[in-house]
Amino acid sequence: MIHTIDITKEHCPMTFVKTKIKLAQIAQGDLLEVTLKAGEPLENVPRSAAEQGFIVLETKQLHDDVYQVTIQK
Amino acid sequence: MDLTEQQIERYSRHILLQQVGYEGQLKIAQGKVLIIGAGGLGAPAALYLAAAGVGTIGIIDADVVDITNLQRQVIHHTPDIGVPKVTSAANKIAEINPDVRVIQYHSWFNPDNALQIISDYDFIIDGTDNFPTKFLINDACVMVGKAFSHGGILRFEGQTFTHIPGTACYRCIFPKVPPKNLVPTCSQAGVLGSIAGMLGTIQATEALKYILGIGDLLTNKLLVFNALNMQFRTVPVKKNDNCPVCGTNPSITELVMEEQAVCELKTK
Repeated sequence: MIHTIDITKEHCPMTFVKTKIKLAQIAQGDLLEVTLKAGEPLENVPRSAAEQGFIVLETKQLHDDVYQVTIQK
Repeated sequence: MDLTEQQIERYSRHILLQQVGYEGQLKIAQGKVLIIGAGGLGAPAALYLAAAGVGTIGIIDADVVDITNLQRQVIHHTPDIGVPKVTSAANKIAEINPDVRVIQYHSWFNPDNALQIISDYDFIIDGTDNFPTKFLINDACVMVGKAFSHGGILRFEGQTFTHIPGTACYRCIFPKVPPKNLVPTCSQAGVLGSIAGMLGTIQATEALKYILGIGDLLTNKLLVFNALNMQFRTVPVKKNDNCPVCGTNPSITELVMEEQAVCELKTK
């Protein structure tokens, strides 16, 4: 199952806090599509997710400085 | 149970930790910790446990705040002189974190109320300044099967260990109350105020680890430190089969308050 979260309005470290909480709520194996801004969020959120044992599958640009990172639980 | 948006922000630094996370913060919110003595050790322990979001904090102390307490009992402030310590502590906790439910016991911890009070909590912090009560806390926790953190400070030194059922208890290490006048109480011997913070925060950390079920507790080991040379040591200790309270054939089967030298400063 695919879930989504938009953290474009959040700042570090709430970007990863919100992502992590969403990941806690989804089932093992499910995907989470995280919409985030370039720069700090794009650099740190996938890295933090990988550090804490999640799998970062894909990163793609949606438009301008907005990206989508797909993370598997 | 869910955390509100505001709680998610408040506890964000916990949620970020892999070993805590959202689920861990919920465990903390459901945790119940009893702090025996709102003094040097209990004050920092209460402040950090409240800030951490421990759902229920019980505090037992019959004393009122005295000016001599303020050098180390950081939950009490100058305007609190003369106020019951439990009231003063509860007021500060409410200011730090309104999520916390505080239960005040304005009395001494004694053989009559011990078992009933501790039965309501997950973890007990010994923040007392006298041996008879430390032994009473140990015996009560062993009898009811509760986890607790022992703590003691004197001059520049501190010691602490954690007991959970099945591990060494205080009487495994020290079988009985020291003889009268052999060991001075804090008020006779003096203590560097910050030592209380060092030890009380270690005790609070053990309580949080226990609630979260993470890491290795200070069980079967005694942590001692000397702040003058800032050295910390852990001394291995063993559960004693001949222990008078947790051994295979215990001689202590009911709670009593043992005798100890009365502090001369307090009786003046």
